[in-house]
Amino acid sequence: MNKTVLIVKHEFLRTVKRKGFVIMTLAFPMIALLAIGIYQIVQGIDTSPAPDEEVTIGYVDKIDLFEGYTEQPGGITFIAYRTEEEATSALLTEDISEYFIIPLDYVSTGVVIRYTSEKELEPPDETQWAMKSFLLSNLLEGQASPEIAERVKSPMWLSSIRLDETGEVATDQGGFGAFIVPLLFGFLLIMAIFSSSGYLLQGLGEEKENRIMEILLSSVSARQLLTGKVLGLGAAGLVQVVIWLLSAVFLVQWVSTTIGGVLSTLQIPDNLLILGIVYFILGYLFFAVLMAGIGAIGATARESQQMSMLFLMPAWIPFWVLFFITRNPNHVINTVLTMIPVTAPTMVFIRLGTSGIPTWELVLSISLLVAAIIGALVLAAKAFRVFLLMYGKTPRLGEIIRRLREA
Amino acid sequence: MPAVELNNICKSYNDNLVVNNVSFTVAQGEIFGLIGPNGAGKTTTIRMVMDITKPDSGEINVLGESLSEDTKNRIGYLPEERGLYKKLTVLESLTYLASLKGIKPRLVNSRAEGLLERVGMLPHKEKKIEELSRGMGQIIQFLVTIIHGPQLVVLDEPFAGLDPVNTELLKEIILELRNQGKAIILSTHMMNEVEALCDRILMIDKGRTILYGELAEIKLRYRNNSIFLEFDGMLGEIEGVVGKRDYGTYVELFLDEETPPRKILEQLVNRGVSVNRFEVSTPSLNEIFLQVVKEE
Repeated sequence: MNKTVLIVKHEFLRTVKRKGFVIMTLAFPMIALLAIGIYQIVQGIDTSPAPDEEVTIGYVDKIDLFEGYTEQPGGITFIAYRTEEEATSALLTEDISEYFIIPLDYVSTGVVIRYTSEKELEPPDETQWAMKSFLLSNLLEGQASPEIAERVKSPMWLSSIRLDETGEVATDQGGFGAFIVPLLFGFLLIMAIFSSSGYLLQGLGEEKENRIMEILLSSVSARQLLTGKVLGLGAAGLVQVVIWLLSAVFLVQWVSTTIGGVLSTLQIPDNLLILGIVYFILGYLFFAVLMAGIGAIGATARESQQMSMLFLMPAWIPFWVLFFITRNPNHVINTVLTMIPVTAPTMVFIRLGTSGIPTWELVLSISLLVAAIIGALVLAAKAFRVFLLMYGKTPRLGEIIRRLREA
Repeated sequence: MPAVELNNICKSYNDNLVVNNVSFTVAQGEIFGLIGPNGAGKTTTIRMVMDITKPDSGEINVLGESLSEDTKNRIGYLPEERGLYKKLTVLESLTYLASLKGIKPRLVNSRAEGLLERVGMLPHKEKKIEELSRGMGQIIQFLVTIIHGPQLVVLDEPFAGLDPVNTELLKEIILELRNQGKAIILSTHMMNEVEALCDRILMIDKGRTILYGELAEIKLRYRNNSIFLEFDGMLGEIEGVVGKRDYGTYVELFLDEETPPRKILEQLVNRGVSVNRFEVSTPSLNEIFLQVVKEE
């Protein structure tokens, strides 16, 4: 059997047998299932008042404008008090659950002051809606028909539909449901790339620390060792990402059809799986080759991992600027981050969920990533030749650059 | 055809010449000692033989050709800096590393078990490397070196860290390999080990060759021309003896250039001196090394 294939097989099996790999591979589907379970439980818990539960809210109207419409849907009743003291004692005796004051300058300022004995993050939606309805109904009394008054309360239920190039309703409708899935995939992709290239880094570090490197190099060339390791660990990473992608596809389809709610809006863009595989392979190769070079240079696995942060941290930049990207989907910075090999794999997924990516940008991004892989391969091969058998001390940056130039 | 042939090899690191114009050959069926103090350039020379490091200049032929993947499969190498995968079992380690030497998987198991039996470690075959003692680990590394039946065996400091029992075991196997016609390069700074095993040697210091040739011939060249004598009776004047050093229980007699030790023994027997020990003094390699370095 070809020696490179032997190394691929050895590295693949060594990685997939690691406890950490198995746990991480299964963790995503398990956590996703758990999250769905929790979501269903939370959905099942109805926090709004029971239908037969009456809620009484007091108010002090200082401008004598709000008398009618004291019975609001949802069993909420408003009771008027003449003074704040009366309302407060009613609250303390639990005749009312809360009260609010409509001050003299309400019409000009809109300010309403609410008092409650409950500790809460913000006023319940039902209470706010009932108060708003009560105020609006009284304000519009005699000014508009009951139908108009109702519409003023809820002037718009926006339904936005995206058309494709032919004018037909597009299958990918965008929005939260279309955004969250690629974002999740981008996150998983970067996790898979990092964990696989992390194993590569750890493996190389261990081999240097265990002093087995020279035994390997007496049987195979540095090129065969580099290729075997990158492909073996890449195959393990691919298995991981395929399991994640397939379980994500299954889970998204399942929750969107059976559970409903916000989950029913989840969509998987058509090209996500293809781009997922392409960017995983290219992204992994790029980072793996970089990590292999760093692993060859570092004296120990720990030192190599510290050095690798220099390249791994920038890969998170698209997540750091996520808010900016979603607010400015067509900004030039998005195109730039799509072209930079370190950020491209994550950036592509984020943009798939927001604005989509023109074909020329994808072609250029993939071409640049391929060029970067070739460049990294040349440097990593040099690093393998120069530093692989250097033990004891990690060289300084100046020495690394000088020796790579000389190699 | 020599197993290894090096011609005028030079290698520098950072303008520091670590191997300076070194040449030697190693024949099939001999144990060749590559000796010198720490930092002499032994490991760099061996790495160049193994094609792990490229020479700056010079020519290297191994088993009659420049080193290729096929040639690598016919060499066994035990590096000075060595180790194994700690999480693999003994058998898995032997299997994987033998397969990288081109051995078919179906052959590996029987060979591995045969070798493990030879060194008395068959019961440990399913143990993980991390569960073995350091000495046991070193024996497994040695087995990795020879499992594929190499024609050339290169051993860099093979006895370092081994206890006397395992040292003897390794020596036995090395001699067996020599008797099977394998070429063996033994690199070490422990010169007494070389004296016990090697047929020829190359002694290097600061990257330069300082001695090269048959071990017996070198020892003869640097002999002290003295004998150690333990006796009963009176010695008196002995023809050919130019000096004497008394060590209490025995004496060292220094001979002139023309007198062979045999002549002294004849005179002692003729005088009726009872000889309990008669030993021709030969300098150790260590002494020869010190002498050569001093002369230079």
